Amino acid sequence: MKSAVKNKEGLLEAKGISGAEAVIRCLLAEGVDLVFGYPGGAIMPIYDELFKFQDQLHHVLTRHEQGATHMAQGFARTSGKVGVAMATSGPGATNLVTGIADAQIDSTPMVCITGQVASHLLGSDAFQETDIIGISTPVTKWNYQITQASEIPTILAKAFYIARSGRPGPVLIDITKDAQFETFDFSYSPCKGIRSYQPQTEVDHQAIQQAAALINQAQKPMIVWGQGVILGEAEKEFQAVVEKTKIPAVWTILGLSALPTNHPQNMGMVGMHGNYAPNLLTNECDLLIAIGMRFDDRVTGDLTTYAKQAKIIHFEIDPAEVNKNVTVDLAVMGNCKESLQQLLPLVEPKQLNDWYDRFETLKAIETEKVIDKDLFPTKPGLTMGEAIRAINTHTGGDAVIVTDVGQHQMVACRYAEFVQSKSNVTSGGLGTMGFALPAAIGAKMGAPQRHVVAVIGDGGYQMTLQELGTIFQQQLAVKIVVLNNEFLGMVRQWQQLFFDKRYASTEMINPNFLMIAQAYGIAAKKVDKREELDAAVAEMMATDGPYFLEVRVEKEDNVFPMIPTGASVSDIRLE
Amino acid sequence: MEPTTYTISIYTENNVGLLNRISAIFLKRHINIESLTTSPSEIENVFRFVIVVKMTHESIVKVVKQIEKQIDVIKAFYHTDAETIFQESALYKIKSDALFEERHIQNIIKKSQANMVTVSPEFFVIEKTGFREETEKLYEDLRPYGLLQFVRSGRISVTKAKMGISEILNTFKSKNNEEKSS
Repeated sequence: MKSAVKNKEGLLEAKGISGAEAVIRCLLAEGVDLVFGYPGGAIMPIYDELFKFQDQLHHVLTRHEQGATHMAQGFARTSGKVGVAMATSGPGATNLVTGIADAQIDSTPMVCITGQVASHLLGSDAFQETDIIGISTPVTKWNYQITQASEIPTILAKAFYIARSGRPGPVLIDITKDAQFETFDFSYSPCKGIRSYQPQTEVDHQAIQQAAALINQAQKPMIVWGQGVILGEAEKEFQAVVEKTKIPAVWTILGLSALPTNHPQNMGMVGMHGNYAPNLLTNECDLLIAIGMRFDDRVTGDLTTYAKQAKIIHFEIDPAEVNKNVTVDLAVMGNCKESLQQLLPLVEPKQLNDWYDRFETLKAIETEKVIDKDLFPTKPGLTMGEAIRAINTHTGGDAVIVTDVGQHQMVACRYAEFVQSKSNVTSGGLGTMGFALPAAIGAKMGAPQRHVVAVIGDGGYQMTLQELGTIFQQQLAVKIVVLNNEFLGMVRQWQQLFFDKRYASTEMINPNFLMIAQAYGIAAKKVDKREELDAAVAEMMATDGPYFLEVRVEKEDNVFPMIPTGASVSDIRLE
Repeated sequence: MEPTTYTISIYTENNVGLLNRISAIFLKRHINIESLTTSPSEIENVFRFVIVVKMTHESIVKVVKQIEKQIDVIKAFYHTDAETIFQESALYKIKSDALFEERHIQNIIKKSQANMVTVSPEFFVIEKTGFREETEKLYEDLRPYGLLQFVRSGRISVTKAKMGISEILNTFKSKNNEEKSS
C-alpha cells in the first residue's frame, strides 16, 4: 500500500499547536477522512479538535469501542486504506482489544489511538487508567505510548507506515492527556523507513526461476491463494498467472473474491467446510502453489497427512510464516504482486484435462450430496444456502458480503458469488462473533457506492446489536440478513456430531428482532416461507437506506462438507 | 526431538515495552525462559538481549523468526553453547565471623579463584564469574557455612561467528541516503 500523505497548504507545519491538534493534522496528512470511535475523559482534547476539524475529518460515533475496531477493519478491507479507531483510556481501550486481535490475525491495516491518563498519574491506578500498552502488546504489530507532544508527528507517521507496509496489521498509539494539551511547533513528514524493520524483501529472481521450473514440470498442480493476493493488490498479476498456466485455483476463506466466482479455473474453497474437490485433491496434487496464505489449521487439518505427496511452493511476504506450519520445498519471499509479475513470463501453459476431470467428478459428488440440497432444497424448512442464493440473484453477485462467525459464515462463503475483489469481509483467523454488523458499517463507508450485505447468525448479531444505533445515526444503507435458527448453530452442530447431542447452552430464546430494527428506524421484514424469500430479498435490495431481513431457517441443519478437527483433508465428510 | 540449550542474541532499538513484547512471544508458546539479560551492545544506541532457553531446533527457528518480526528488533540469532562464549556472574554474601572461625572457607575461596568484593565487620561478599557449574560448585561448597544471600546473573555471551549488525544498519543508511538524493 502506498503512502498517501497530503500536503494541503499549512497542514504539515504549524507553530505552537496542541498535541491534540497535531494528532488531527497527522491523520489528515495521512489521507484519513474517517475515524470510528467513542469519546471519554482521557481523549477529550483530541475530540475537541475533531469538533474543530469536522468539515475535513468525519467521526463516526459507535455504540461500543469494539464496534469502532470492527468498523475500522471493515473500512480497511473494502477500501484498501488504513482504518482508524479511537477510544479513551481504561475500559475504552480494553474494549478495543478483540478488534485489534482480529486485525492482527487477519492482517488488517488499522491504527488505534487511545487516550491515557496524564503522565504524572501513570502507575498510580488513576481513574480509568489501564496498561493498554501491556495489554495490547501480543496482539499488535506495534504499539507505543506518547508522553510528550513533540513525539506525535514521528510516532503517528511510523504508526501508519507500519500498519500498511509489509504484512499489514494493527498499531496502537496511547497518548497521555498532558501530551494532548501540551503545545509545540508541529512539522510532519511521512515515514519512509525504519532501520529495524524490513517490510518486504526484494524478490529473489533465482527463486522465481526455481518456481517456474517446478510449475512447468508439474502434472497435477494446484494453486491455493489467500488474502495476500488482495492485500498485495495483486489480483491482476494473480489472474494472469492462473490463466496463462491454466492451473486450477482454490482459495482460503480470506482469499475469497480475489478471483471471480464464475472464473472457469476457480475450483472453490479449501478448509474445514470448504469444497470436496479442493480438499481431497490437496492430497493428490503433485505441486501445491500457495500464494499469500498461511496454512492455518482450519485449512490444513492434520499436518502430518497434509499434501505429503506434493512439492510445495510458498509465495509469502512474512518470513515468520515460511515453514511455520507446513515445511515447504521452495519459498518465494516478497510481495506477490512483484513475484507473480516476474513469474508470468517464465511459466508455460499446461494441458490438464484429466486433472480438471478429477475436480469435476468430485464436484459432481458434492453437488449431489450437499450443494443441491443447500441451494435447491425440497424439504419444508428454509436453508441458509437458499438465502445466499437469493442474495446472489438480487445483487447480481456484485455486493460486499460481510459475515460473522459460524454456520451462516461457512454457507455464505461457500455460496456467495463475487465478481470483484475486496468483496468478502469476514473474521477468519480469530473467529470473532459480533464482527459482522459493525464491520458492515465500516465496509459500506469504505465502498459507499457498493451494496453491502451483512449476513449474520442470531447469536453473533446479538453480540454487537447496539451498532444498529450507528447505522441509524449515520443513515447508512447497510442490508442486514439474520439467518435465525434459534441456536448457536455451529456449536450445536459439533454437539450433535461429537458430544452426543448434549446441547449445552446453545439454544437461544430470541427477542423480536423486527421490533428492535424498527426501533432504530430500520425497515424490517421476517421470512419463514420459501415462496416469500425471493420477494423479500428483492425488496431489501430495492430499498434505499438500511434494511433488516430475518430469515427463519431450519433449526438443526448442519454445514457440510466437514473435516473434523485434527482429521486429514482426505477425511472430509459429505454427511 | 530433545530440547537443547540455545542462546538467543537480539539486537534492538531501546524502546520501553520491547522487553514485554519479546517475553510475550515465549509466553504465547508456553516456553520458559532460563535467563534473560539486556545491555548496551557494541553499537551506539543499539541494545542487546541475551536469552537462554531450552527448546527443540524446530521451535527455536520459529521463535527467532517471531522475534525478528517485531518492528524494533534489528536482528535476532540463535546459537548452541558450542557456538558461543558465555559466562555468568554470581555473588555470595557470608557472615564475616565465618571467615575467621572456619579456616576451610579461606581455602574454598582461594581455590575457586573468586574475587573478594567487600568486607565489613558483619559480612563479606565474594564474586565468581564463570560457567554455571563453577558458580554452582562454589555455592555448594559455601552453603554449609551459611550463605546470607546468593544471586546469579543471567548468561552473557558473545558468539564465535560475526553477526554483522553494523553492516545491516549501514545498508539501511545508504539506501535511505540514495532515496533522499534521488
